[in-house]
Amino acid sequence: MAETTALPKPAAHGTPLPLIGKTSTKPTWCPGCGDFGVVAAVEMAVKRLQIPSHNVVIVSGIGCSSNLPHFLSSYGFHGIHGRALPVAEGIRWANHGLTVIGTGGDGDGFGIGAGHFIHAMRRNVDLTYVTMDNQIYGLTTGQASPTSTLGVKTKSTPNGVIENPIDPISLALASGATYVARGFSGDVKQLADLVANGIQHRGFAFVDVFSPCVTYNKINTFDFFRQRVYKLESAGHDPSDIVAAWQRSLEWGDKIPIGLFYKVDKPTYEDLEEVLTAGPLALQPAGLHGKEKLLDEFV
Amino acid sequence: MSEIAVRIGGEAGDGIASVGESIARSFSRMGLHVFGFNAYQSVIRGGHVWYQARASPEHAHSQGDGADIVYALHRETVGIHAAGVRAGGTVIYDPEKFQVEPTDLPAGVTALGVPTLAIARKYTSQSILQNAAGTGAAAFLAGIPLDLFQEVLRDSFGGKKGEVVDWNLGAAAEGYHFAEQHASVHPHAPSQQGAPKLLMSGNEAIALGAAAAGCKFLSQYPMTPASSIMHWMAAHSPQIGVVVKQAEDELAAINMAIGASFAGVRAMTATSGGGFSLMVEALGMAGMTETPLVVVDAQRAGPSTGLPTKTEQGDLNLILGAGQGDFPRAILAPATPLEAYRAMIDAFRLAEDWQTPVIVASDLHLSESFQTVDRSDVDLNVAIPSLFPVAPNGHSYLRYQHTDSGVSPRAVPGQPGLQFVAGSDEHDERGHLVSDIVAGIPKWVSERQRMMEKRMKKLGGIARDAPPPVFEGPAGAPLTFVAWGSVVGAVRDAIVDLADGGKATNLLRFPTVYPLDAAAVTAAFGKTKRTLLVEQNFSGQFGRLLRAETGLVPTARFLKYDGEPFMPHEIVAKALEVI
Repeated sequence: MAETTALPKPAAHGTPLPLIGKTSTKPTWCPGCGDFGVVAAVEMAVKRLQIPSHNVVIVSGIGCSSNLPHFLSSYGFHGIHGRALPVAEGIRWANHGLTVIGTGGDGDGFGIGAGHFIHAMRRNVDLTYVTMDNQIYGLTTGQASPTSTLGVKTKSTPNGVIENPIDPISLALASGATYVARGFSGDVKQLADLVANGIQHRGFAFVDVFSPCVTYNKINTFDFFRQRVYKLESAGHDPSDIVAAWQRSLEWGDKIPIGLFYKVDKPTYEDLEEVLTAGPLALQPAGLHGKEKLLDEFV
Repeated sequence: MSEIAVRIGGEAGDGIASVGESIARSFSRMGLHVFGFNAYQSVIRGGHVWYQARASPEHAHSQGDGADIVYALHRETVGIHAAGVRAGGTVIYDPEKFQVEPTDLPAGVTALGVPTLAIARKYTSQSILQNAAGTGAAAFLAGIPLDLFQEVLRDSFGGKKGEVVDWNLGAAAEGYHFAEQHASVHPHAPSQQGAPKLLMSGNEAIALGAAAAGCKFLSQYPMTPASSIMHWMAAHSPQIGVVVKQAEDELAAINMAIGASFAGVRAMTATSGGGFSLMVEALGMAGMTETPLVVVDAQRAGPSTGLPTKTEQGDLNLILGAGQGDFPRAILAPATPLEAYRAMIDAFRLAEDWQTPVIVASDLHLSESFQTVDRSDVDLNVAIPSLFPVAPNGHSYLRYQHTDSGVSPRAVPGQPGLQFVAGSDEHDERGHLVSDIVAGIPKWVSERQRMMEKRMKKLGGIARDAPPPVFEGPAGAPLTFVAWGSVVGAVRDAIVDLADGGKATNLLRFPTVYPLDAAAVTAAFGKTKRTLLVEQNFSGQFGRLLRAETGLVPTARFLKYDGEPFMPHEIVAKALEVI
């Protein structure tokens, strides 16, 4: 018996389907947490694109920000620390009709999950990865993170961090991401644009978000970023120019750029994986019915 | 019993495995039972390697105890293998390379010098062609018809044509005819037995079984001896519709498979002990999120990097205990390629029916040895139920609903109205976290307890649903072997050998290692007199599990942990001590 499926086709025109919205689950974040702006931006982006909530999967790892899938009405997978991206990739390859959004923090994505981050980008998997970068470990009550600034004192570095921070933007450029952006949860409107454009982008879209931790990071605060961020689109930056993107990514100090650093169109992993050219894997037949000729090679 | 074993030894890079396999495949096409054993080291060039093809009209459950024809590509092979040649046997060598004196060989074994290099030189300056000439000589001694042997060689080039194929066929024929003129066919050489059998490795059977069971996604990181599962799948990927993903590491491999399964595709990963160790946390996540998952652990000798190309059953404690906290799992342990094929079908069925991880414990000896399978035993038409069983029912949908069986209705992304979040945190019936949101609130404390009980309830169902222990051999025998996994093969051979010597023994084997149905196992043990546990690890890990689960303790244990597979005569000797 070939596999049959009740998985629905996209809704016919004129049939309203529920778009993504808030759930009744109250976010676990501290009042004033930057992540509130991020969940709002993700919700705005998906609504704007009119993607029905049942065709969206939000995947996360572990950390304060990784609780995000519970607060939106799409499908969600809240996995283990650092492994959001491989789960998200598996979901994409199983059904590339779905919109897959990875969410998480800087520890999850650039610390324990750094290897997956690099490899997902070089594959150009068509998914959107939104990191809520607060430069601190929040859920474990305030240790240094891979993006903590040199010299910052935390519970695990009482004399100051003695390692250089990772720069997620230049790491993404070096790793082959085809859409590289930085947002600020203090500017939800721009962030929603960056996420929506990232979802529409065919390929790996990376949106690193300054999402301040109001409890454990007293340096990289909303005010810190408000005083420093400027918008790349207002500064004449050409996002098709990778050298310019690289130069902008190195800016950190009195002026910090936000917006779209780089965008290029390249074939996605799903385009190049031969089996997926026949359509979403979940809808393809399963098993070896009638394929007895396969056994000939064993004779 | 009539049997013949051909052993070819040389250095890595000599093409030993491919010529050895050509002998094995010639035997399987003759309709014989075959066991092809590949002994190699963790080097790509140099180092002693050997391949043995054992064939019999009756059975070949293991690599056996000795050889009848040894083709030695270098002098070292003679030193290592001469003592294992049985009376009436022959050692093939090339006098141009080294000499073999009668004193090098056991009584009744003769040496046959074949000018393999000289034959090769007629065709090419590439000396590797010598192995076709030497193997041709071995094929003659083993009673393999030349045209059949040449056909196997031709097929091994995958339909390619050209001078390399012609050289191999020509050199093989010259070696064959040289032996024909200077020696006789071995008296035990078996004759054609009818329909050709299939010859496959355990890993090929695992891959085939997975695909037949509806697996459409394999993510894996290379590791001996699991890699050839990925190789087979990758080679057939578009043909069978399986996406094969070589992941950046085993952490990614298992998480990708879980993601694919969550999204409605039967998915698996495969590895060996070192890679499995990296998968441990995600295994628990599959248990917690109740996501079906099949993981193959092709065990090799540990601990740590251990003996990468040697066999062991030392991962049982690992795969049994892997993961923090308690969650239900099943561990299947096939013994042969045919059992491995069927175990994969069982594994996918159990994983999906019980929404939890199932581990298939192979080992190097099963995964990489080649054994024959009757074509009629391989049924590719496996019933595969739809993965989308839940009808939309709006807001009342509870992904983790409490049920009598512990199994809740599973929706997959894309189904309208059934959205839920699968969480690795503890959660309620809807999937909402009860971990850090509601800690300490009495209602949710009890919900946590109920959720644990819901998941663990599945274990009882799995125990009833998984393949039960199997008795083989004469009832009421004075000694019963207890074994699991590839060791069963050598035990089966030993039982035959003991019977030939007038000693009746039988076997209680465990295709499911965990969970054990204690009542069924106890009843099975009630039919035994003395029992001998044969297991390939240091501490008798299955023996400990058996005792923990049932209180049963075998009369004696025979444990081996030198990396080499059990040989039937070792088991026979131990059995005679215990009887």
